[in-house]
Amino acid sequence: MSEYNFAYLDEQTKRMIRRAILKGLAVPGYQVPFASREMPMPYGWGTGGVQVSAAVLTPDDTFKVIDQGADDTTNAVSIRAFFERTAEVATTTSTEDATVIQTRHRIPEVSLQEGQILVYQVPIPEPLRFLEPRETETRKMHALEDYGLMHVKLYEDIARHGHIATSYAYPVKIEGRYVMDPSPIPKFDNPKMSDNPAIQLFGAGREQRIYALPPYTQVVSLDFEDHPFEASKPDQCCSLCQSTTSYLDEVIVDDSGKRMYVCSDTDYCAARVRKQAA
Amino acid sequence: MDGGYLDGGFSNPSTESAAAFRQIMEVVARPGVICEVAGAQPPAPLSPAAGAVLLTLCDADTSVYLAGSVDTPDVRSWIAFHIGAPLVGPAHATFALGRWDELMPLGQYPIGTPEYPDRSATLIVEMPSLDAAGATLRGPGIKDTAHLSLPDVAPFQENALHFPLGLDFIFTCEQRVAALPRSTEVS
Repeated sequence: MSEYNFAYLDEQTKRMIRRAILKGLAVPGYQVPFASREMPMPYGWGTGGVQVSAAVLTPDDTFKVIDQGADDTTNAVSIRAFFERTAEVATTTSTEDATVIQTRHRIPEVSLQEGQILVYQVPIPEPLRFLEPRETETRKMHALEDYGLMHVKLYEDIARHGHIATSYAYPVKIEGRYVMDPSPIPKFDNPKMSDNPAIQLFGAGREQRIYALPPYTQVVSLDFEDHPFEASKPDQCCSLCQSTTSYLDEVIVDDSGKRMYVCSDTDYCAARVRKQAA
Repeated sequence: MDGGYLDGGFSNPSTESAAAFRQIMEVVARPGVICEVAGAQPPAPLSPAAGAVLLTLCDADTSVYLAGSVDTPDVRSWIAFHIGAPLVGPAHATFALGRWDELMPLGQYPIGTPEYPDRSATLIVEMPSLDAAGATLRGPGIKDTAHLSLPDVAPFQENALHFPLGLDFIFTCEQRVAALPRSTEVS
């Protein structure tokens, strides 16, 4: 490990990120600006998550990376290899064995425990950005707790589709104060964020924002009394492990459009298949 | 000046500050929890824990206010050599360090702005003792309730009223560290 500083980033950068993480934990759901660095991977590949992971990892950690629930996709494999090389951490695909889990767009099916840290890769941290493009305005809206526009958006969903059609990056309110983008996780995962024993950290590299949820923080998905939030998933069971409770991916398997549903969480699915075979 | 200030930093800065940060993050994320941070030997009267917090979080980008009895030539030299943080008055401090009574009044520190509540001071409070007993804590990071031997109650209640603005506190005693972010409700 003579080529790089521990965990790739220089110490001053890590201190800056660490200070942002602490302020993020002190004000749950508030997006702390930070001086995001160029990383040896393109924006959109998890540069924010990687910087947060680099700032929290210690040599004693066991690191897991998932991309849409899978441990074996290019993004997950590359980031795992990156920290194996630069931080010399142990890596795993098992959710239970990991101390730090970096994730792109999923929360593992297995409940997280105290002492674990979940690091989310975030593309657009500002939940109001597609409603109000100006940063000066969205910042003011957060300051004034002016979230009416978000409810208008959800209402327009209902007016157009008959139900709230937002199915991922579903906005949440933290401890009754900040509206936060949970990153593009399926809304199926939203309830897992609330009252979670693990520390949840969010890093957006291109947008230069870090935000955080301490353990046991109240996270409420926005909804209406007559259109309550529903954590939906395909009404199918996994073709490999027969799970009816996990979040499923739909996979087209031939040219005639035949499809199968499989768990998006590969570790969860593989563990169930192993158990059934035994 | 005997050059003693050259000692007492982390012997392996990258891994020791990573380990120290994890403990600090743990106590900030879980108010009431007490952890140990090792590796720093700052000059008296600073505790090893306060030294580790400074080494982990402060650098030339953060202004530090030394309150009362911790503002000694030895401490100044140690901070100048190991940390390089500019020393400032309380109104411009990113971090303030001292005993509780010497850090008063809390109104002199920046608590952030409505648009940028993160631009607030973090107070590192040197404590004679630190136990998971005393004031009751509720809020984010706490399952049901937690307890911490706070130096006072009313100032923390007033600080929480400013939420999302406000000050964040890190308590240090010998090797031990605990924290109270502004989000915590104290009773």
